[in-house]
Amino acid sequence: MNGMIYLDANATEPLRPEARAAVLDALDRTGNPSSVHAAGRDARRLLEDAREAIARRFGGAPSDVVFTSGGTEADALAIHALGRGRRVIAGATEHDAVRAAAPGAALLPVDAQGVADLDALEAMLRGGPALVCLMLANNETGTLQPIAAAAALCRAAGAWLHVDAVQAAGRMAVNLAALGAHSMALSSHKLGGPQGAGALLLTPDAAAALTPLILGGGQERGRRGGTHALPAIAGFAAAAQACTGSEHLAGLRDMAEQAALLAGAVALAAGGPRLSNTTALALPGVRAERQVIALDLAGIAVSAGAACSSGKVARSHVLEAMGAGALAGEAIRVSLPWNATEADIAGFAAAYQTMAARLSRSAA
Amino acid sequence: MRVLVAMSGGVDSSTVAGLLAEAGHEVIGVTLQLYDHGAAVGRKGACCAGQDIHDARRVADHLGIAHYVIDAEARFRAAVMASFADSYANGETPVPCVRCNQTVKFTDLIELAADLGAERLATGHYVQRIDGPGGAELHRAADPARDQSWFLFATTRAQLERSLFPLGGLPDKAHVRGEAARLGIAVADKPDSQDICFVPSGTYADAVGKLRPDALAPGEIVSETGEVLGLHDGIARYTVGQAKRLGPAAQAGGARRVVVALDPAQRRVVVGPASGGTRHLRLREVNWLAEPARLRCQVKLRARDTAHDAEIVPTADGVDVILDAPALPAPGQACVFYAGERVLGGGFIQRPVPVTRAAPVDAAVMAAL
Repeated sequence: MNGMIYLDANATEPLRPEARAAVLDALDRTGNPSSVHAAGRDARRLLEDAREAIARRFGGAPSDVVFTSGGTEADALAIHALGRGRRVIAGATEHDAVRAAAPGAALLPVDAQGVADLDALEAMLRGGPALVCLMLANNETGTLQPIAAAAALCRAAGAWLHVDAVQAAGRMAVNLAALGAHSMALSSHKLGGPQGAGALLLTPDAAAALTPLILGGGQERGRRGGTHALPAIAGFAAAAQACTGSEHLAGLRDMAEQAALLAGAVALAAGGPRLSNTTALALPGVRAERQVIALDLAGIAVSAGAACSSGKVARSHVLEAMGAGALAGEAIRVSLPWNATEADIAGFAAAYQTMAARLSRSAA
Repeated sequence: MRVLVAMSGGVDSSTVAGLLAEAGHEVIGVTLQLYDHGAAVGRKGACCAGQDIHDARRVADHLGIAHYVIDAEARFRAAVMASFADSYANGETPVPCVRCNQTVKFTDLIELAADLGAERLATGHYVQRIDGPGGAELHRAADPARDQSWFLFATTRAQLERSLFPLGGLPDKAHVRGEAARLGIAVADKPDSQDICFVPSGTYADAVGKLRPDALAPGEIVSETGEVLGLHDGIARYTVGQAKRLGPAAQAGGARRVVVALDPAQRRVVVGPASGGTRHLRLREVNWLAEPARLRCQVKLRARDTAHDAEIVPTADGVDVILDAPALPAPGQACVFYAGERVLGGGFIQRPVPVTRAAPVDAAVMAAL
C-alpha cells in the first residue's frame, strides 16, 4: 500500500478525519441505545444526534430516517416494502443492490450518455401502480439522472419513486424533498464515513407503508431490527456533516481524462451530466481486467465493471445498456476521492500512458 | 525478477508461489476462472467461484503477494470444452488438459506475463525445463510417478523459454507437501485434484451430452467383421482399449475383447481381441521441441502409459509413427516422443480412416452451457 495512488472512491471513500474521531469516541462508550440506564441514554443520545444530522443534511424528518447496514440494505428495504403489489420499473444502469432486489423489474432504457429515457418512463407508468427505482448518480460513469423530472412523472401516475443516492450523497446537493422522491438510499462509506452503516430516508407517506425486512427487537420504530452499529452510525453522521461536495475535483478529473485520451482512451458518458469525481475510460482492444491489473502493479487503484466476489471482472451492464458495445469490456472507472491531489493525477497519467503503450491489443 | 504464477488453489502451484517469493522474486499470482463453478455443480445461487479460487487468494494473502482472478470462461469454452465434446462425437478420446495448457495457460498467460512486465510464467507442473545448447528443453520430472511431460508436449519452444517449473526437480510429492508445510501454506494437506476440472461430479459423459447429444445416442457394439454383439448408450462412453461397459460382448467368441475402434458415422463401438492393435499411426497438430527429424525414439500413447519403441517420420502435414510392436492407440489422445528423459515433441493421434465429421457444436448450445 506504500505510495499507492487511490482513485477508487466510488468503491469506498477514504475515511474523513471527522468521521474517524466520531467512531473512536463512540467505540469508547459502553451502552446500547435500547437500554434504560444512563449508559443506554448516552448511546441513545448519540444515535438520535446522528439521525437528526442525517435528516438535516439530506432532507426529511428525523423520525423517517431508518438506519441500515449500508446502501444495499437500504435499497432492499425500499424495494421490499414499496414494491409490494406493484410493478417495479428500474433504470437499466442501476446498481446490483437494486437489480438483485428487483429481479423481475422492467428496465427503463438509457441513452448513449447513460441518461434515462423519460418518454419511455411516462409510457411504462401507464401500466398500473408501480415502484420506480432510479439512481441519482451512477457508480461506474457518474452519470446523473433527471430525478426531479422523473419524480413529477411518478407522482402524476401515482407511482412510488425510490432513489439510490449512494454515490451522489456528499458529492453534490442531495435533498429528499427537492428531488421529489419517496425514498432515498444512502451509504456511510461512500461519503467518507466508516463501512457498515447506511440509511433509508422516507417521506411520511412512504414511511407509513414501510414494512421491515429484519424484525428482531423493534429497533428503528420496528422498521429495522438489530442493535445499532453505533460507532459506524456516529461516523456516518460526522462524515455527512463534513462533506463539501466534489466540485473541487472536476479540474483534477479532467486532467486525468485528458491524459488518458492522449494515450488513446475513449471517455464514456463524458458528454452528459455527471459527478465531478468520476470518469469511465475505455482503451479499445484491451480488456478492462488487464488494465486494472497493470495499473495496480504500478501502484494505482482503479476498478472496472462490477467485481464479483471472486474478484473476477465482469462485463459492465451499465456500459452495455449505454450501447458501448465492445468497449463495455474495455473500460475502467477512475473515481477521485475527496482528498485527491494533483500529484495523484500526475502519477496516474504517467502510469496510464505506460500501460496503454505496453498492453497488447487483441485483434478485434 | 517479476514472475507470474498460475495458481490453481492446490498445493503444487501454491508451493511454487511460496518458493519463488521466498527466493526474493516479485511474484504475481493469477487464478483462471475457467467455468462457472455454481453452474457446474448445479447449485442455484452458488458463487461463480469455487473453493479453489478462494484457496488461491488465501495462499496469496499469506505469502503477501498480489493475486488476480482472470475471467477465462469464454476462452475456455471455445478453446477447450467445445473441442472436447466435438472430439467425443467424432469417435475420439480427447485430452482437454493438453488443449487447456496449449491455449488458456501457456498462450494466454504468457501473453499476460509479457503485458505485466513479468519475465517468466511459473506453474506447478511436474516437468523440468533444462537449458540445452539449442535453447530450453522439456524433460520429464525427477519423480516418475508425478511426471506430467506428456500433458505439456504442445508447449511451443518460445513458450518454454519463458516458463518455469520449480517442482520438476523435486524428488516426490511428499517433499512438495513438506515445503508447503514449511512455508505455512494452508492447503498443504489438500487432496490432489482428480479427473477433469470442469466436470466436478466426475460424469464427463453428461458434460459431453449437453454440448453434443448425438455423442450419447445409443448404437450397436459390433465385432471387427460387423457382427452385432450388443448395444451401447453413446460412443462418448467408450475409448479404444476399454474393456468395461461391453457386457456379454467382452467375452464373445471366448477371447477377452476390448474396444478397438469407434465409428461415429454409424454410431458403432467395434470390439476385437485385447492382444491386437496397430503398428502404424498418423499424428496431426505436431509440436516439435527439437529439430524435426526421422528418428528412432520412444513414444507414450497415453498419460499413464509405458513407453513404446518406435520410429517417427515427419511428413508434410504431421508425423507418421511406426511402433515396433502393435498397440491400441486411442484417436484424440496424444503421442509424445521421448529421447530418454527429454521430450522431443508430439502430436494428436488421428483416426485411422477418414470419417465424415459431424456438424460442429451449435452456438446456442454453447451459450447455454
